[in-house]
Amino acid sequence: MAQNKNKIKIGPAERAFDIFNVLFMFFLCIIMIYPFFYVVIASVSEPAKLMAHEGLLLAPAGFSWGAYTSVLKNPRVWTGYGNTIFYVVAGTIFNIIMTVLCAYGLSRKGLMFTRVITIMVVFTMYFSGGLVPSFLVVRGLGLYDSRLALLIPGAISTFNMIIMRTAMAGVPDSLEESARLEGASHLQVLFKIMIPVTMPTIAVLILYYGVGHWNSWFSASIYLKDPSKYPLQLYLRQILIQSQMTDMNQTSASEDQALLAETIKYATIIVATLPVLVLYPFLQKYFVKGVMVGSLKG
Amino acid sequence: MAKNGGNSGASPQGSQGLQVRKNSFGARAIRDFKKNYEIYLILLPVVAFYLIFSYAPMGGIAIAFQDWRPGRAMFGAGARWVGLKHFKDFFSSYYFMRVLRNTVTISVSSLIFGFPAPIILALMLNELKSKIYARGVQTIVYLPHFISMVVLCGMIKLFVRDTGVITQVLSIFGFQPQNMLLNPNLFVPIYVVSNIWSGVGWGSIIYLAALTSVDQQLYEAAEIDGAGKWKQTIHITLPCIVPTIIIQFIMRTGQILSVGQEKIILLYNETIYDTADVISSFVYRKGLLENDWSYSTAVGLFNSVINFALVSVVNKISSTVSETSLW
Repeated sequence: MAQNKNKIKIGPAERAFDIFNVLFMFFLCIIMIYPFFYVVIASVSEPAKLMAHEGLLLAPAGFSWGAYTSVLKNPRVWTGYGNTIFYVVAGTIFNIIMTVLCAYGLSRKGLMFTRVITIMVVFTMYFSGGLVPSFLVVRGLGLYDSRLALLIPGAISTFNMIIMRTAMAGVPDSLEESARLEGASHLQVLFKIMIPVTMPTIAVLILYYGVGHWNSWFSASIYLKDPSKYPLQLYLRQILIQSQMTDMNQTSASEDQALLAETIKYATIIVATLPVLVLYPFLQKYFVKGVMVGSLKG
Repeated sequence: MAKNGGNSGASPQGSQGLQVRKNSFGARAIRDFKKNYEIYLILLPVVAFYLIFSYAPMGGIAIAFQDWRPGRAMFGAGARWVGLKHFKDFFSSYYFMRVLRNTVTISVSSLIFGFPAPIILALMLNELKSKIYARGVQTIVYLPHFISMVVLCGMIKLFVRDTGVITQVLSIFGFQPQNMLLNPNLFVPIYVVSNIWSGVGWGSIIYLAALTSVDQQLYEAAEIDGAGKWKQTIHITLPCIVPTIIIQFIMRTGQILSVGQEKIILLYNETIYDTADVISSFVYRKGLLENDWSYSTAVGLFNSVINFALVSVVNKISSTVSETSLW
């Protein structure tokens, strides 16, 4: 086929398009990358020089690690990191357990009530009680200002569960039947057959749930009061969006510190995003696979 | 019960009577539970989860028709029902038109500019001759999707300040330097452009997947017939991904009145409420910041009902027109 294509003469218009396409894609990559690049070089710039600089920045304006020393000395950043890691690990484990149980149950055939339960589950994708009633339920359960409020209410993403159910429904019946004939219970079938066979899908969901917990801030902002339980994203919101700098409020903010606060914002972005940026290239293909799986109708 | 039926099968009359009961709903349900109790046990925590965290809040919608506040009963004697008071208040308030207009403006602008972008990107990526280059480009354009909303909005705020890098670059083209997030006219463009920046690559994946399934023989046949690249794109490539485009479009139109609150409340401020405040951010502010529980729930319910109706209608249309539907 490739040979066939080469035989066909390529017209000048087509060649022009190909060149344009390659250049356009290059330009697009720059647009995608430059904001990150800017944040990196701004974070190691000297605050005063950065503020004085006008236009695009192609190299650090001066050089200083000052912002990073401040960020890494900030106990809130470390508390946030610790909390976020807890929420990611505990939350994802709980998500996967609940999602797998739900998907397994709903993918079984010949039961009287799975259809009713499926309708009940899918309906929640299209209609919900809304923000205040959900908040009141969580508070009514005594989960307000509890770490559990970030783990339990979001235990199952129905969308992810449907991906999982589709994967489990695709496992050949013969595998399960032979195990059942040998006297295996459903839990044994689930753990010995279904989970190992659908591991690629589970891996994708682990990534989805994990990134979801890492990036999540809204539930934390409405359910948590005690700052020692805050995930990293909530501290980030204080620093980036609400421009709160505790260090500055304590001491009388000198001009140097006010300037440093600017580069600190950039350094904080880097510190908080580095794990994602480092892991992303290795995990990219799994994320992409997830989109493909999800696009198939469940 | 099923066992009894089997034992008394000797007497013809008895068996007939039991036959009816054996197939009654209750009897079948009991047999089903006996046979599959393990699966129902597995589903028990799941059903409990949905009942508590999805269906209990639906019951809580009752407060939209009450003057509820913490400590007051939601049901029974202590509940103070006020009928449609909160809905009337909302519809007759100045906020109703404002949040409705802003929600529609933001949605429709996102649809017009944001919807075609990933399709065009996918078509262009598909035309790249070097597959290695294409893969490299893909890796880079997917990246912004993984940045958290807080960081994305933090970057936007830093970049569009009066001294921000985007403001400064625009000022080269005669743009008056200013904090762009304080200018009500600029909120929608900022919202839409940043959405495209962070979502275009990720959104293209689904179209790229559809493009890989296009039969290559069609192109060969077209080339023999003398069709150029442009004609091939119009007559072969596009028709092949039209079903995907339709499904995506349906899902987007069904969500035309659901602009999420997260990005809005991270970016907006009082100065630009006139163009930035949408239904969901209004519900959030009224309910959780100003503790106007019942009123906020009423506004939220209005939004949920409209959204549900929109999805249903759009889905109905699509299943008749194109035989593709969500349910």
